[in-house]
Amino acid sequence: MLPFSFEWVWDMGHYVFHGGLWYALSILGMGMTYCILKAAYDTAKGKGRHHH
Amino acid sequence: MDSALIPEGVNRCPIWKFLLAIAITSVVLLWGVYAMLLIYMKGLNQTNMNNAYGFALWIWADLAVIALGGGAFFTGLLRYIFGLDELKNIINYAVLIGFICYSSALLILGIDVGQPLRGWFIFWHANVHSMLTEVAFCLTCYFMVLTIEYIPLVLENRQIDRVPFFHNLSHNMHEIMAVFAATGAFLSFFHQGSLGGVSGVLFGRPFGFREHVLVWPWTFFLFTWSAAACGPCFTILITKITEAVSKKRLVKDNVYDLLAKIAGWMLTGYVIAKIIDTIYWATTTVPSMGFHFMQFYSNNALYGPWILITEVIICGALPALILINPKSRQNPKLLVIAVTLAAVGVSLNRWVMVLQVLAAPVLTFQEWVLYYPSWQEVATTILPVAYGVIMILISFRYMPIFPQEKELNPIEPPLSTAAVEETEEAPAEAAETAAEPELKPAEA
Repeated sequence: MLPFSFEWVWDMGHYVFHGGLWYALSILGMGMTYCILKAAYDTAKGKGRHHH
Repeated sequence: MDSALIPEGVNRCPIWKFLLAIAITSVVLLWGVYAMLLIYMKGLNQTNMNNAYGFALWIWADLAVIALGGGAFFTGLLRYIFGLDELKNIINYAVLIGFICYSSALLILGIDVGQPLRGWFIFWHANVHSMLTEVAFCLTCYFMVLTIEYIPLVLENRQIDRVPFFHNLSHNMHEIMAVFAATGAFLSFFHQGSLGGVSGVLFGRPFGFREHVLVWPWTFFLFTWSAAACGPCFTILITKITEAVSKKRLVKDNVYDLLAKIAGWMLTGYVIAKIIDTIYWATTTVPSMGFHFMQFYSNNALYGPWILITEVIICGALPALILINPKSRQNPKLLVIAVTLAAVGVSLNRWVMVLQVLAAPVLTFQEWVLYYPSWQEVATTILPVAYGVIMILISFRYMPIFPQEKELNPIEPPLSTAAVEETEEAPAEAAETAAEPELKPAEA
């Protein structure tokens, strides 16, 4: 799964499979990090307090 | 008792009815949990799997629920990437159904692997030459996508939404949902396809084997295509069932019509491709491997030509014709028949591509090997259905899943409030209103 694992080989199979996996995980991770940080920022700015 | 948690402007059944429904479903759920614990404690000898059937009922259920849950990725693709705005009125439910289907698939896999504590091996010690590794990667990532798509629904619960941070988080997640939806479509394309690819690359089993485009057998594309076609049909079917149970209209007809039309054309394309694939396989691939087509449909008690006709014609071509014809798909009964047939058809296809592949003899001295599941396998396969029903009951009651529900089912103001308001203005009218308490909200 990671290049420092003993069975890792720098070949096409690992590029494609793990490249795809880390690409998807990165998008999901960065997307959620952005949402959470922006929500914290917006809340600190007082946004969303008077919607009810 | 729980009215503060119910979305504003909608009616829900009394709490006792809700709890009774949960309790009845929980009995079935507990039966499945009991069977699951038996399998965990005593091992896979509780199943009827054997050397001929390494894949059995569980893998069929996995493939079927993943195909039926395909409505989430395809409706998301249509809504967020192709901009079909009407589908915003059904996308929440598609996501919920997808979430249930994929979590069920992972639950079943957690039982099927026998050693769930070693489930992480497939990530850490990945076999990069296996289509199932791709399935494991994509399935896990796509389940994360579905969870991300489901979270805003939970956060929109009336009480949770009052917390400013959660309100902002839900709003921000909606804003970039297209990014998650696109990632989900990418992941779904590959894992749906790879599930089909598994049987397509089995050159030792001519019933499943298909010709290739690069490394992908035709079954790769057929599986993705059928999931995109039948997943939305399943979403429509479950929505119709929810409407029947709740005795409410939840989605407007134009939304059903649009989704049914797209699913119909997708299904038409799929059935044509499937027929071409079957003819090529029967006339070229199978003879080239020393077999005759009818060898796979004779000399056994279960698998005859009926299964092919049922899958491709009755549950493929017929629903496709109903759905592409505006008059027939706008008929509520025919619509329900068509989407039910499509859902059965894709499930039957997965059965054939998993179990008939293993049942058919591949050597001259072999016989057909038929299989029936043990009660533990059946119970653990029904377990996710009970779990799904409970998830739908809870989500429907406490989350604003259907944006059009308020408009389609306007609520009469409480009698006392209405009477007070109207007494001030028109006492005669108030008396008239009080005299007709038996009117339902929609009638009022």
